[in-house]
Amino acid sequence: MHLTLDAQGIITHAGPTTQKLRPDMPLEGMSFLEAFSVKRPRGITSMAHLWQARHLKLHLEMRGTPPARLKGVLVSGAKGVGIVNLSFGISILDGVRDYALSNADFAATDLAIEMLYLVEAKSAAMEASRKLNLRLQGAKTVAEQQASTDTLTGLRNRRALDLRLEQLLAADAAFAVMHIDLDYFKAVNDTHGHAAGDHVLQVVAQAMLEETRASDTVARVGGDEFTVLLPEVNDIDVLESVGRRIIDRIEVPIPFGDAQCEISASIGTVWIQSSLKTTRETVMEKADIALYASKNKGRARQTFYSPDLRSSANSAAPPKGRNGQKG
Amino acid sequence: MHGLINRSFQNYVTDGYGLAVWQQVAARAGVAPPEFEAMLSYDDAVAPAVLDAMSAVLRRPRGEVMEDVGTYLVSHPNTEAVRRLLRFGGMGFEDFLHSLDDLPDRARMAVADLHLPAIELHGHAGGRYSLICDSPIAGVGHLMMGVLRVMADDYGALALLELEGCESGRETVRIQLIETDYADGRAFDLGARAS
Repeated sequence: MHLTLDAQGIITHAGPTTQKLRPDMPLEGMSFLEAFSVKRPRGITSMAHLWQARHLKLHLEMRGTPPARLKGVLVSGAKGVGIVNLSFGISILDGVRDYALSNADFAATDLAIEMLYLVEAKSAAMEASRKLNLRLQGAKTVAEQQASTDTLTGLRNRRALDLRLEQLLAADAAFAVMHIDLDYFKAVNDTHGHAAGDHVLQVVAQAMLEETRASDTVARVGGDEFTVLLPEVNDIDVLESVGRRIIDRIEVPIPFGDAQCEISASIGTVWIQSSLKTTRETVMEKADIALYASKNKGRARQTFYSPDLRSSANSAAPPKGRNGQKG
Repeated sequence: MHGLINRSFQNYVTDGYGLAVWQQVAARAGVAPPEFEAMLSYDDAVAPAVLDAMSAVLRRPRGEVMEDVGTYLVSHPNTEAVRRLLRFGGMGFEDFLHSLDDLPDRARMAVADLHLPAIELHGHAGGRYSLICDSPIAGVGHLMMGVLRVMADDYGALALLELEGCESGRETVRIQLIETDYADGRAFDLGARAS
Protein backbone atom coordinates (compact mmCIF):
# COMPACT_ATOMS: atom_id res chain seq x y z
CA MET A 1 0.00 0.00 0.00
CA HIS A 2 1.45 3.32 -0.98
CA LEU A 3 0.78 6.91 -2.04
CA THR A 4 2.81 9.52 -3.85
CA LEU A 5 2.60 13.20 -2.89
CA ASP A 6 3.65 16.34 -4.67
CA ALA A 7 5.57 19.12 -2.95
CA GLN A 8 2.33 20.65 -1.67
CA GLY A 9 1.26 17.40 -0.06
CA ILE A 10 -1.42 16.62 -2.65
CA ILE A 11 -1.88 12.91 -3.36
CA THR A 12 -0.84 12.33 -6.97
CA HIS A 13 -1.20 8.56 -6.97
CA ALA A 14 -2.80 6.01 -4.63
CA GLY A 15 -1.97 2.30 -4.79
CA PRO A 16 -5.02 0.16 -5.61
CA THR A 17 -5.19 -1.46 -2.16
CA THR A 18 -4.97 1.91 -0.42
CA GLN A 19 -7.80 3.23 -2.59
CA LYS A 20 -9.79 0.05 -1.86
CA LEU A 21 -10.06 1.13 1.78
CA ARG A 22 -12.14 4.16 0.76
CA PRO A 23 -13.98 3.32 -2.46
CA ASP A 24 -16.16 6.43 -2.17
CA MET A 25 -13.35 8.85 -1.43
CA PRO A 26 -11.03 9.33 -4.44
CA LEU A 27 -7.64 9.87 -2.85
CA GLU A 28 -5.89 11.31 -5.87
CA GLY A 29 -6.15 15.08 -5.74
CA MET A 30 -6.81 15.18 -1.98
CA SER A 31 -4.35 16.73 0.40
CA PHE A 32 -2.56 14.01 2.40
CA LEU A 33 -3.38 15.72 5.71
CA GLU A 34 -7.01 15.94 4.66
CA ALA A 35 -7.18 12.21 4.02
CA PHE A 36 -5.11 11.16 7.03
CA SER A 37 -4.60 12.47 10.51
CA VAL A 38 -1.19 11.83 12.02
CA LYS A 39 -1.58 10.37 15.53
CA ARG A 40 2.13 10.09 16.22
CA PRO A 41 4.47 11.90 16.20
CA ARG A 42 2.11 14.45 17.72
CA GLY A 43 1.58 17.97 16.46
CA ILE A 44 1.89 17.34 12.72
CA THR A 45 -0.69 19.67 11.22
CA SER A 46 1.07 21.12 8.21
CA MET A 47 3.08 19.79 5.31
CA ALA A 48 6.15 21.57 6.67
CA HIS A 49 5.87 19.47 9.85
CA LEU A 50 5.31 16.34 7.83
CA TRP A 51 8.38 16.85 5.70
CA GLN A 52 10.40 17.10 8.88
CA ALA A 53 9.05 13.76 9.95
CA ARG A 54 10.50 11.99 6.91
CA HIS A 55 11.91 8.53 7.67
CA LEU A 56 10.06 8.42 11.01
CA LYS A 57 7.43 5.82 11.71
CA LEU A 58 4.03 7.50 11.36
CA HIS A 59 0.87 6.33 13.09
CA LEU A 60 -1.93 7.35 10.78
CA GLU A 61 -5.68 7.24 10.86
CA MET A 62 -7.54 7.43 7.61
CA ARG A 63 -10.56 9.68 7.70
CA GLY A 64 -13.97 8.16 7.06
CA THR A 65 -15.37 4.83 8.22
CA PRO A 66 -14.67 2.15 9.19
CA PRO A 67 -11.65 3.51 11.05
CA ALA A 68 -8.37 2.49 9.44
CA ARG A 69 -5.26 2.68 11.59
CA LEU A 70 -2.19 2.42 9.43
CA LYS A 71 1.50 2.60 9.88
CA GLY A 72 3.48 4.55 7.36
CA VAL A 73 6.76 6.13 6.48
CA LEU A 74 7.37 9.11 4.23
CA VAL A 75 10.45 9.28 2.08
CA SER A 76 11.39 11.87 -0.51
CA GLY A 77 11.69 10.80 -4.10
CA ALA A 78 13.02 12.81 -6.99
CA LYS A 79 12.01 16.45 -7.56
CA GLY A 80 10.29 17.11 -4.31
CA VAL A 81 7.98 14.12 -4.68
CA GLY A 82 7.07 12.22 -1.55
CA ILE A 83 6.35 8.52 -1.32
CA VAL A 84 4.34 7.15 1.60
CA ASN A 85 4.63 3.43 2.27
CA LEU A 86 1.66 2.13 4.25
CA SER A 87 0.81 -1.05 6.10
CA PHE A 88 -1.79 -2.30 8.54
CA GLY A 89 0.78 -3.30 11.13
CA ILE A 90 -0.82 -5.08 14.02
CA SER A 91 -4.36 -4.23 12.87
CA ILE A 92 -3.94 -6.51 9.82
CA LEU A 93 -6.67 -8.88 11.08
CA ASP A 94 -9.25 -6.10 11.30
CA GLY A 95 -7.99 -4.76 7.99
CA VAL A 96 -8.61 -7.88 5.93
CA ARG A 97 -11.98 -8.37 7.59
CA ASP A 98 -13.22 -4.79 7.30
CA TYR A 99 -12.16 -4.36 3.67
CA ALA A 100 -12.48 -7.93 2.39
CA LEU A 101 -8.90 -7.91 1.19
CA SER A 102 -7.48 -10.93 -0.61
CA ASN A 103 -4.00 -12.26 -1.41
CA ALA A 104 -3.97 -10.10 -4.54
CA ASP A 105 -4.23 -6.93 -2.48
CA PHE A 106 -0.85 -7.46 -0.87
CA ALA A 107 2.56 -7.08 -2.50
CA ALA A 108 4.34 -10.37 -3.16
CA THR A 109 6.97 -9.42 -0.60
CA ASP A 110 4.44 -8.35 2.02
CA LEU A 111 4.37 -10.72 5.00
CA ALA A 112 0.68 -10.00 5.63
CA ILE A 113 -0.49 -13.36 4.27
CA GLU A 114 2.11 -15.25 6.30
CA MET A 115 1.05 -13.25 9.33
CA LEU A 116 -2.60 -14.17 8.76
CA TYR A 117 -1.63 -17.80 8.25
CA LEU A 118 0.32 -17.82 11.49
CA VAL A 119 -2.42 -16.16 13.50
CA GLU A 120 -4.95 -18.66 12.21
CA ALA A 121 -2.68 -21.69 12.64
CA LYS A 122 -1.61 -20.63 16.13
CA SER A 123 -5.19 -19.89 17.14
CA ALA A 124 -6.23 -23.38 16.04
CA ALA A 125 -3.34 -24.92 17.96
CA MET A 126 -4.10 -22.83 21.05
CA GLU A 127 -7.74 -23.87 20.88
CA ALA A 128 -6.73 -27.53 20.75
CA SER A 129 -4.43 -26.99 23.72
CA ARG A 130 -7.12 -25.15 25.62
CA LYS A 131 -9.54 -28.02 25.10
CA LEU A 132 -6.88 -30.45 26.27
CA ASN A 133 -6.34 -28.36 29.40
CA LEU A 134 -10.06 -28.32 30.13
CA ARG A 135 -10.25 -32.09 29.77
CA LEU A 136 -7.20 -32.57 31.98
CA GLN A 137 -8.69 -30.26 34.58
CA GLY A 138 -11.91 -32.28 34.53
CA ALA A 139 -9.97 -35.51 34.85
CA LYS A 140 -8.02 -34.07 37.78
CA THR A 141 -11.22 -33.15 39.59
CA VAL A 142 -12.61 -36.64 39.05
CA ALA A 143 -9.35 -38.19 40.21
CA GLU A 144 -9.46 -36.10 43.37
CA GLN A 145 -13.01 -37.18 44.03
CA GLN A 146 -12.04 -40.77 43.50
CA ALA A 147 -8.91 -40.50 45.62
CA SER A 148 -8.92 -42.72 48.65
CA THR A 149 -6.52 -40.83 50.89
CA ASP A 150 -7.08 -38.18 53.52
CA THR A 151 -4.61 -35.48 52.55
CA LEU A 152 -3.84 -34.23 56.08
CA THR A 153 -3.06 -37.55 57.75
CA GLY A 154 -2.34 -39.88 54.85
CA LEU A 155 -4.94 -42.27 56.27
CA ARG A 156 -7.69 -43.68 54.09
CA ASN A 157 -10.75 -41.48 53.67
CA ARG A 158 -14.43 -42.22 54.13
CA ARG A 159 -14.81 -43.31 50.52
CA ALA A 160 -12.06 -45.91 50.86
CA LEU A 161 -13.53 -47.08 54.18
CA ASP A 162 -16.99 -47.53 52.67
CA LEU A 163 -15.57 -49.54 49.78
CA ARG A 164 -13.59 -51.83 52.12
CA LEU A 165 -16.58 -52.30 54.40
CA GLU A 166 -18.80 -53.26 51.47
CA GLN A 167 -16.18 -55.79 50.40
CA LEU A 168 -16.11 -57.40 53.85
CA LEU A 169 -19.91 -57.50 53.99
CA ALA A 170 -20.12 -59.02 50.53
CA ALA A 171 -17.61 -61.70 51.53
CA ASP A 172 -19.65 -62.54 54.65
CA ALA A 173 -16.48 -62.09 56.69
CA ALA A 174 -16.07 -61.80 60.43
CA PHE A 175 -14.61 -58.43 61.30
CA ALA A 176 -14.74 -55.56 63.76
CA VAL A 177 -15.35 -51.84 63.35
CA MET A 178 -13.90 -49.35 65.83
CA HIS A 179 -15.35 -45.89 65.70
CA ILE A 180 -12.91 -43.55 67.45
CA ASP A 181 -13.67 -39.99 68.47
CA LEU A 182 -10.98 -37.80 70.04
CA ASP A 183 -11.77 -36.30 73.45
CA TYR A 184 -10.78 -32.72 74.32
CA PHE A 185 -9.54 -32.15 70.76
CA LYS A 186 -11.62 -29.01 70.37
CA ALA A 187 -9.75 -27.52 73.33
CA VAL A 188 -6.42 -28.04 71.49
CA ASN A 189 -7.72 -26.18 68.47
CA ASP A 190 -9.23 -23.40 70.58
CA THR A 191 -6.18 -22.95 72.83
CA HIS A 192 -3.22 -23.61 70.56
CA GLY A 193 -4.67 -22.95 67.10
CA HIS A 194 -5.41 -25.04 64.05
CA ALA A 195 -1.75 -25.73 63.28
CA ALA A 196 -1.51 -27.51 66.64
CA GLY A 197 -4.76 -29.33 65.89
CA ASP A 198 -3.44 -30.53 62.53
CA HIS A 199 -0.22 -31.69 64.13
CA VAL A 200 -2.12 -33.64 66.79
CA LEU A 201 -4.24 -35.32 64.12
CA GLN A 202 -1.10 -36.40 62.27
CA VAL A 203 0.52 -37.81 65.41
CA VAL A 204 -2.68 -39.62 66.37
CA ALA A 205 -3.00 -41.05 62.86
CA GLN A 206 0.55 -42.41 63.05
CA ALA A 207 -0.16 -43.96 66.46
CA MET A 208 -3.26 -45.73 65.14
CA LEU A 209 -1.33 -47.14 62.21
CA GLU A 210 1.34 -48.43 64.57
CA GLU A 211 -1.16 -50.07 66.92
CA THR A 212 -3.03 -51.89 64.14
CA ARG A 213 -2.07 -54.52 61.58
CA ALA A 214 -1.21 -53.81 57.98
CA SER A 215 -4.36 -55.67 56.98
CA ASP A 216 -6.51 -53.31 59.04
CA THR A 217 -7.99 -50.20 57.44
CA VAL A 218 -7.52 -46.96 59.36
CA ALA A 219 -9.59 -44.08 58.02
CA ARG A 220 -10.20 -40.49 59.02
CA VAL A 221 -13.92 -40.00 58.49
CA GLY A 222 -14.48 -36.55 60.00
CA GLY A 223 -12.63 -33.68 61.69
CA ASP A 224 -11.49 -35.70 64.72
CA GLU A 225 -13.31 -38.95 63.97
CA PHE A 226 -11.58 -42.11 62.87
CA THR A 227 -12.74 -45.59 61.96
CA VAL A 228 -10.66 -48.75 62.04
CA LEU A 229 -11.75 -51.88 60.17
CA LEU A 230 -10.24 -55.05 61.57
CA PRO A 231 -10.81 -58.15 59.45
CA GLU A 232 -10.35 -61.69 60.77
CA VAL A 233 -10.83 -61.00 64.46
CA ASN A 234 -11.51 -64.21 66.38
CA ASP A 235 -11.36 -63.01 69.93
CA ILE A 236 -12.94 -60.06 71.67
CA ASP A 237 -9.90 -59.81 73.96
CA VAL A 238 -7.81 -58.82 70.94
CA LEU A 239 -10.19 -55.92 70.28
CA GLU A 240 -10.07 -54.98 73.94
CA SER A 241 -6.30 -54.73 73.88
CA VAL A 242 -6.05 -52.94 70.52
CA GLY A 243 -8.55 -50.35 71.77
CA ARG A 244 -6.67 -49.97 75.05
CA ARG A 245 -3.35 -49.48 73.25
CA ILE A 246 -4.81 -46.87 70.90
CA ILE A 247 -6.26 -44.89 73.83
CA ASP A 248 -2.98 -45.17 75.75
CA ARG A 249 -0.99 -43.91 72.80
CA ILE A 250 -3.39 -41.03 72.17
CA GLU A 251 -3.19 -40.00 75.83
CA VAL A 252 0.57 -39.45 75.62
CA PRO A 253 0.91 -35.61 75.66
CA ILE A 254 1.87 -34.30 72.23
CA PRO A 255 4.40 -31.44 72.25
CA PHE A 256 3.70 -28.59 69.86
CA GLY A 257 6.04 -25.62 70.21
CA ASP A 258 6.04 -24.81 73.90
CA ALA A 259 2.65 -26.40 74.44
CA GLN A 260 1.73 -29.92 75.49
CA CYS A 261 -1.47 -31.07 73.84
CA GLU A 262 -3.33 -33.55 76.00
CA ILE A 263 -6.24 -35.45 74.55
CA SER A 264 -7.84 -38.85 74.82
CA ALA A 265 -10.20 -40.97 72.79
CA SER A 266 -13.56 -42.68 73.10
CA ILE A 267 -14.15 -45.83 71.12
CA GLY A 268 -17.27 -47.65 70.09
CA THR A 269 -16.61 -51.13 68.74
CA VAL A 270 -18.88 -53.57 67.00
CA TRP A 271 -17.79 -57.15 66.38
CA ILE A 272 -19.50 -58.72 63.41
CA GLN A 273 -19.21 -62.50 63.48
CA SER A 274 -21.30 -63.08 60.43
CA SER A 275 -22.20 -60.23 58.15
CA LEU A 276 -25.07 -61.98 56.39
CA LYS A 277 -28.03 -59.66 56.02
CA THR A 278 -26.15 -56.80 57.64
CA THR A 279 -25.78 -53.51 55.86
CA ARG A 280 -23.04 -50.94 56.04
CA GLU A 281 -25.47 -48.47 57.59
CA THR A 282 -26.41 -50.92 60.35
CA VAL A 283 -22.79 -51.69 61.16
CA MET A 284 -21.88 -48.04 61.39
CA GLU A 285 -24.95 -47.29 63.46
CA LYS A 286 -23.99 -49.98 65.97
CA ALA A 287 -20.48 -48.58 66.22
CA ASP A 288 -22.00 -45.13 66.76
CA ILE A 289 -24.24 -46.36 69.56
CA ALA A 290 -21.26 -48.01 71.29
CA LEU A 291 -19.21 -44.82 70.89
CA TYR A 292 -22.03 -42.81 72.37
CA ALA A 293 -22.06 -45.13 75.38
CA SER A 294 -18.31 -44.56 75.87
CA LYS A 295 -18.86 -40.81 75.81
CA ASN A 296 -21.72 -41.15 78.31
CA LYS A 297 -19.65 -43.26 80.68
CA GLY A 298 -17.03 -40.55 80.98
CA ARG A 299 -14.93 -40.82 77.78
CA ALA A 300 -11.40 -42.27 77.37
CA ARG A 301 -12.74 -45.80 77.10
CA GLN A 302 -13.90 -48.46 74.68
CA THR A 303 -17.43 -49.88 74.66
CA PHE A 304 -18.56 -52.94 72.73
CA TYR A 305 -21.91 -52.82 71.04
CA SER A 306 -24.72 -54.91 72.50
CA PRO A 307 -28.43 -54.60 71.80
CA ASP A 308 -29.17 -53.36 75.34
CA LEU A 309 -27.06 -50.21 74.62
CA ARG A 310 -29.70 -49.28 72.09
CA SER A 311 -32.43 -48.85 74.72
CA SER A 312 -30.21 -47.00 77.18
CA ALA A 313 -28.99 -44.80 74.38
CA ASN A 314 -32.58 -44.06 73.46
CA SER A 315 -33.50 -43.23 77.03
CA ALA A 316 -30.71 -40.67 77.15
CA ALA A 317 -30.20 -38.20 74.33
CA PRO A 318 -30.14 -40.10 71.02
CA PRO A 319 -26.98 -39.82 68.96
CA LYS A 320 -27.32 -37.13 66.33
CA GLY A 321 -25.90 -39.09 63.46
CA ARG A 322 -22.24 -39.76 63.00
CA ASN A 323 -21.07 -36.31 63.97
CA GLY A 324 -23.27 -36.13 67.00
CA GLN A 325 -20.69 -36.10 69.76
CA LYS A 326 -17.70 -33.87 69.99
CA GLY A 327 -14.98 -34.16 72.61
CA MET B 1 3.74 -39.49 15.85
CA HIS B 2 1.94 -36.31 16.72
CA GLY B 3 -1.51 -36.61 18.28
CA LEU B 4 -2.92 -34.31 15.59
CA ILE B 5 -2.23 -37.00 12.99
CA ASN B 6 -3.63 -39.86 15.06
CA ARG B 7 -6.58 -37.72 16.03
CA SER B 8 -7.29 -37.07 12.33
CA PHE B 9 -7.70 -40.81 11.77
CA GLN B 10 -10.00 -41.01 14.77
CA ASN B 11 -12.09 -38.07 13.57
CA TYR B 12 -12.29 -39.51 10.07
CA VAL B 13 -13.75 -42.78 11.37
CA THR B 14 -16.00 -41.11 13.95
CA ASP B 15 -17.39 -38.47 11.57
CA GLY B 16 -17.79 -40.89 8.68
CA TYR B 17 -18.80 -44.16 10.30
CA GLY B 18 -19.85 -43.33 13.85
CA LEU B 19 -18.46 -43.79 17.32
CA ALA B 20 -19.16 -47.52 17.54
CA VAL B 21 -17.03 -48.24 14.48
CA TRP B 22 -14.21 -46.13 15.88
CA GLN B 23 -14.37 -48.09 19.13
CA GLN B 24 -13.99 -51.30 17.14
CA VAL B 25 -10.98 -49.86 15.32
CA ALA B 26 -9.43 -48.64 18.57
CA ALA B 27 -9.97 -51.98 20.28
CA ARG B 28 -8.42 -53.82 17.36
CA ALA B 29 -5.42 -51.47 17.32
CA GLY B 30 -5.04 -51.69 21.09
CA VAL B 31 -5.73 -47.99 21.67
CA ALA B 32 -7.00 -47.69 25.23
CA PRO B 33 -8.70 -45.49 26.21
CA PRO B 34 -10.08 -45.18 22.64
CA GLU B 35 -9.19 -41.52 22.35
CA PHE B 36 -6.26 -39.55 20.92
CA GLU B 37 -5.40 -36.16 22.34
CA ALA B 38 -4.58 -33.78 19.49
CA MET B 39 -1.85 -31.97 21.40
CA LEU B 40 0.04 -34.95 22.83
CA SER B 41 2.53 -37.28 21.17
CA TYR B 42 2.16 -41.01 20.64
CA ASP B 43 4.52 -43.84 19.85
CA ASP B 44 5.26 -44.15 16.11
CA ALA B 45 3.92 -47.71 16.08
CA VAL B 46 0.41 -46.56 17.00
CA ALA B 47 -0.56 -44.87 13.71
CA PRO B 48 0.23 -47.87 11.43
CA ALA B 49 -1.66 -50.14 13.83
CA VAL B 50 -4.68 -47.82 13.68
CA LEU B 51 -4.55 -47.72 9.87
CA ASP B 52 -4.36 -51.52 9.67
CA ALA B 53 -7.32 -51.76 12.00
CA MET B 54 -9.23 -49.21 9.91
CA SER B 55 -8.65 -51.29 6.76
CA ALA B 56 -9.80 -54.44 8.51
CA VAL B 57 -12.87 -52.99 10.20
CA LEU B 58 -14.00 -50.92 7.20
CA ARG B 59 -13.10 -53.80 4.83
CA ARG B 60 -11.36 -51.46 2.43
CA PRO B 61 -7.78 -51.57 1.15
CA ARG B 62 -5.24 -49.28 2.85
CA GLY B 63 -4.73 -47.06 -0.22
CA GLU B 64 -8.43 -46.41 -0.61
CA VAL B 65 -8.79 -45.59 3.09
CA MET B 66 -5.84 -43.21 2.97
CA GLU B 67 -7.21 -41.38 -0.07
CA ASP B 68 -10.53 -41.05 1.68
CA VAL B 69 -8.80 -39.65 4.78
CA GLY B 70 -7.11 -37.06 2.52
CA THR B 71 -10.48 -36.09 1.05
CA TYR B 72 -12.00 -35.88 4.52
CA LEU B 73 -9.21 -33.63 5.80
CA VAL B 74 -9.94 -30.85 3.31
CA SER B 75 -13.66 -31.18 2.68
CA HIS B 76 -15.46 -32.09 5.91
CA PRO B 77 -16.98 -29.12 7.79
CA ASN B 78 -15.23 -30.31 10.98
CA THR B 79 -11.84 -29.89 9.32
CA GLU B 80 -12.47 -26.51 7.69
CA ALA B 81 -9.39 -25.15 9.52
CA VAL B 82 -7.13 -27.51 7.51
CA ARG B 83 -8.59 -26.41 4.21
CA ARG B 84 -8.22 -22.75 5.15
CA LEU B 85 -4.61 -23.15 6.22
CA LEU B 86 -3.82 -24.90 2.93
CA ARG B 87 -5.53 -22.15 0.95
CA PHE B 88 -3.12 -19.65 2.50
CA GLY B 89 -0.48 -21.44 0.42
CA GLY B 90 -1.39 -19.75 -2.82
CA MET B 91 -3.90 -17.82 -4.87
CA GLY B 92 -4.22 -20.43 -7.58
CA PHE B 93 -3.85 -24.19 -7.78
CA GLU B 94 -0.36 -24.01 -9.26
CA ASP B 95 0.68 -21.59 -6.56
CA PHE B 96 -0.75 -24.00 -4.08
CA LEU B 97 1.17 -26.95 -5.57
CA HIS B 98 4.43 -25.04 -5.18
CA SER B 99 3.58 -24.19 -1.58
CA LEU B 100 3.47 -27.90 -0.73
CA ASP B 101 7.28 -27.92 -0.55
CA ASP B 102 6.94 -25.65 2.47
CA LEU B 103 4.12 -27.60 4.06
CA PRO B 104 6.17 -29.40 6.74
CA ASP B 105 7.85 -26.11 7.70
CA ARG B 106 4.54 -24.31 7.82
CA ALA B 107 3.10 -27.03 10.01
CA ARG B 108 6.06 -26.81 12.35
CA MET B 109 5.66 -23.04 12.56
CA ALA B 110 2.15 -23.56 13.93
CA VAL B 111 2.85 -26.56 16.16
CA ALA B 112 6.55 -26.88 16.91
CA ASP B 113 6.60 -30.66 17.41
CA LEU B 114 4.37 -31.55 14.46
CA HIS B 115 6.55 -33.31 11.88
CA LEU B 116 4.78 -33.95 8.59
CA PRO B 117 6.37 -36.19 5.96
CA ALA B 118 8.61 -34.25 3.56
CA ILE B 119 7.00 -33.41 0.19
CA GLU B 120 8.84 -32.34 -2.96
CA LEU B 121 7.23 -30.91 -6.07
CA HIS B 122 8.94 -31.31 -9.43
CA GLY B 123 7.60 -29.40 -12.44
CA HIS B 124 7.78 -30.83 -15.97
CA ALA B 125 6.81 -29.43 -19.36
CA GLY B 126 3.15 -29.18 -20.36
CA GLY B 127 1.61 -28.61 -16.93
CA ARG B 128 2.87 -31.89 -15.56
CA TYR B 129 4.13 -32.21 -12.03
CA SER B 130 5.26 -35.00 -9.81
CA LEU B 131 4.82 -34.81 -6.09
CA ILE B 132 7.27 -37.01 -4.24
CA CYS B 133 6.08 -37.85 -0.75
CA ASP B 134 8.20 -39.39 1.96
CA SER B 135 6.11 -42.17 3.42
CA PRO B 136 7.01 -43.18 6.95
CA ILE B 137 3.55 -44.80 6.86
CA ALA B 138 2.46 -46.61 3.70
CA GLY B 139 -0.22 -44.66 1.89
CA VAL B 140 0.91 -41.03 2.24
CA GLY B 141 0.79 -40.75 -1.56
CA HIS B 142 -2.81 -41.94 -1.53
CA LEU B 143 -3.63 -39.45 1.19
CA MET B 144 -2.10 -36.61 -0.83
CA MET B 145 -4.14 -37.71 -3.87
CA GLY B 146 -7.29 -37.25 -1.80
CA VAL B 147 -6.11 -33.83 -0.63
CA LEU B 148 -5.11 -32.68 -4.13
CA ARG B 149 -8.34 -33.85 -5.72
CA VAL B 150 -10.41 -31.74 -3.35
CA MET B 151 -8.05 -28.76 -3.46
CA ALA B 152 -8.15 -28.74 -7.29
CA ASP B 153 -11.94 -28.50 -7.04
CA ASP B 154 -11.59 -25.90 -4.34
CA TYR B 155 -9.47 -23.70 -6.63
CA GLY B 156 -11.67 -24.48 -9.62
CA ALA B 157 -8.83 -26.22 -11.48
CA LEU B 158 -9.07 -29.35 -13.59
CA ALA B 159 -6.28 -31.83 -12.98
CA LEU B 160 -5.70 -35.54 -13.51
CA LEU B 161 -3.99 -37.40 -10.71
CA GLU B 162 -2.45 -40.81 -10.57
CA LEU B 163 -0.18 -42.63 -8.21
CA GLU B 164 2.99 -43.51 -10.01
CA GLY B 165 4.21 -46.22 -7.75
CA CYS B 166 5.58 -46.72 -4.35
CA GLU B 167 9.21 -47.36 -3.75
CA SER B 168 10.07 -48.19 -0.21
CA GLY B 169 9.40 -45.10 1.88
CA ARG B 170 8.53 -42.88 -1.11
CA GLU B 171 5.33 -42.46 -3.05
CA THR B 172 4.96 -40.27 -6.12
CA VAL B 173 1.77 -38.62 -7.32
CA ARG B 174 1.69 -37.56 -10.97
CA ILE B 175 -0.33 -34.44 -11.65
CA GLN B 176 -1.49 -33.33 -15.08
CA LEU B 177 -2.89 -29.85 -14.85
CA ILE B 178 -5.39 -29.42 -17.67
CA GLU B 179 -6.97 -26.09 -16.86
CA THR B 180 -6.48 -23.74 -13.95
CA ASP B 181 -9.73 -21.83 -14.45
CA TYR B 182 -12.03 -24.71 -15.17
CA ALA B 183 -14.73 -23.85 -12.67
CA ASP B 184 -15.49 -21.19 -10.07
CA GLY B 185 -14.12 -23.09 -7.11
CA ARG B 186 -14.87 -22.23 -3.54
CA ALA B 187 -14.44 -18.74 -2.15
CA PHE B 188 -11.59 -18.07 0.23
CA ASP B 189 -12.19 -15.12 2.52
CA LEU B 190 -8.94 -14.13 4.23
CA GLY B 191 -10.74 -12.48 7.10
CA ALA B 192 -13.14 -15.33 7.88
CA ARG B 193 -12.43 -17.80 10.61
CA ALA B 194 -12.88 -21.53 10.70
CA SER B 195 -14.86 -22.32 13.81
